[in-house]
Amino acid sequence: MTRWVLRVVMALGLLFIYVPLLLVLVNSFNGDRTFGWPPHDFTTRWWTAAWNNGGARDALWTSVKAGLGATAIALVLGTMVAFAVQRFKFFGRDTVSLLIVLPIALPGIVTGIALDSAWRSVIEPLGLGKGLFSVIVGHATFCVVTVYNNVLARLRRSGISLEEASADLGARPGQTFRYITFPMIRSALLAGGLLAFALSFDEIIVTTFTAGPGIQTLPIWIFNNLFRPNQAPVVNVVAAVLIVLSVLPVWLAQRVAGPEAGASRT
Amino acid sequence: MDPGVDNDQGLGGRRRWQLAALLSAPMLWLGVAYLGALAVLLVSAFWTVNGFTGEVVREFSLQNFRTIATEEVYRNVTLRSVGVAVAVTVICVVLALPMAFYMAKVASPRTRGWLVIAILTPLWASYLVKAYAWRVLLANDGPLDSVIGTPGYGLVAVVIVLTYLWLPYMILPIYAGLERLPDSLLEASADLGARGGRTFRGVVLPILIPSIFAGSIFTFSLSLGDYITVQIVGGKSQLIGNLVYANVGAANNLPFAAAIACVPVIIMVVYLTAVRRSGALEEL
Repeated sequence: MTRWVLRVVMALGLLFIYVPLLLVLVNSFNGDRTFGWPPHDFTTRWWTAAWNNGGARDALWTSVKAGLGATAIALVLGTMVAFAVQRFKFFGRDTVSLLIVLPIALPGIVTGIALDSAWRSVIEPLGLGKGLFSVIVGHATFCVVTVYNNVLARLRRSGISLEEASADLGARPGQTFRYITFPMIRSALLAGGLLAFALSFDEIIVTTFTAGPGIQTLPIWIFNNLFRPNQAPVVNVVAAVLIVLSVLPVWLAQRVAGPEAGASRT
Repeated sequence: MDPGVDNDQGLGGRRRWQLAALLSAPMLWLGVAYLGALAVLLVSAFWTVNGFTGEVVREFSLQNFRTIATEEVYRNVTLRSVGVAVAVTVICVVLALPMAFYMAKVASPRTRGWLVIAILTPLWASYLVKAYAWRVLLANDGPLDSVIGTPGYGLVAVVIVLTYLWLPYMILPIYAGLERLPDSLLEASADLGARGGRTFRGVVLPILIPSIFAGSIFTFSLSLGDYITVQIVGGKSQLIGNLVYANVGAANNLPFAAAIACVPVIIMVVYLTAVRRSGALEEL
């Protein structure tokens, strides 16, 4: 009896999670411009229109560049902090972990305003206005945590005996890193980098405050076009594409690191 | 003790340099630049803006906080935001408990794997896309309206959409907590004559408290700081985030925006301190 109730709740929960997403997919083929329901005719017109939409394509490209830049910085900084925290004992070690989590724990708007006013009062007078680079800086700030968490967990589990063995056998530090340490943390870097990219690709609030004039990431483009009725079908296709693409990282994480990978987004 | 930690209290000269090399860049970025920016923001909350020239007056003043504390608009918006965050958190707990329980204790191991993936996948879909999907779903004459009716755009819609957005963040920690709960405890409780409800209240719930709090940190803080969803499905209603945004942009009053932004930050700090005792932070 209880089992049946639970089964029904589970089914309803999944329905609640997936119906809105399916609706977007169905609507991208809806012939009616205002998404009259139920749909009357099937069309691929909107997909063609979206493909030819210059604004959306530019925004996608900007998002990819910002995501790659932020991920690269996050990989370097996150790995460095993870090694420092795991391999050394020093005063303020707990504070460092807290500091890494802070940009994602605080409301995005707080981080956004803080970075914006700091950039305008410190970096802009130096001649570097806000642009794509400031977006990358803003994103990297809250992306470090994903790489840090993944690498730290991997270092905790694997210990240092292999590296010690390598050193005992006469390998130089560079060789030990290349043949032992790096292969050991490679999949953790991949998982952390994937999360960092996804986080950056989806971010809108910090982006709003750090983007220079003319810089539009995909979320900003969607938001700006959301309230324009004649853009609705194209926005809907872009949304449908993003839903289809979201299966990709899950599949990748499953293949690389087993079913438990990607269990936490932060 | 972590394996691999150098247990020498005094770090040797070489190790000290290694540590400095590893930490300097990240600490310059996060410790100096980011924390510095936050500190300046906090300080600027005590500044004011000259009403005529629009320039920032860099003198200490409690004016902003006095305005927030005394004017009814700000009190109402704060209460409304906290109310929305609490409602979202409670609904998430109510939905997540049976779902996580089914996943961890009823479903076969094979189904369980698929269910975890089914819960995880939407987390990768764009936030904006999900909010947008609900805007279409909840529209007047939209799909929902033609089946069961729609509440329309407003505060109810905001609660529904935020619940939708953050539900997986509640399911996952509760599921993880339930996976660690041995089946034998449930059997022992049943052998001692407890029915399902009694076992749930007496055995399952107390063990799950840290997990529930861990999930609530996400649902509560993410709801409290949100201002995008409100713009998409909230109709005319406003939350704290909207006020901050309006004061940065249209009103161009950064000090006042900073002062308002302190409200959710203080609420979150109080909330984190309160739930820390339960061990929730280790569950994140």
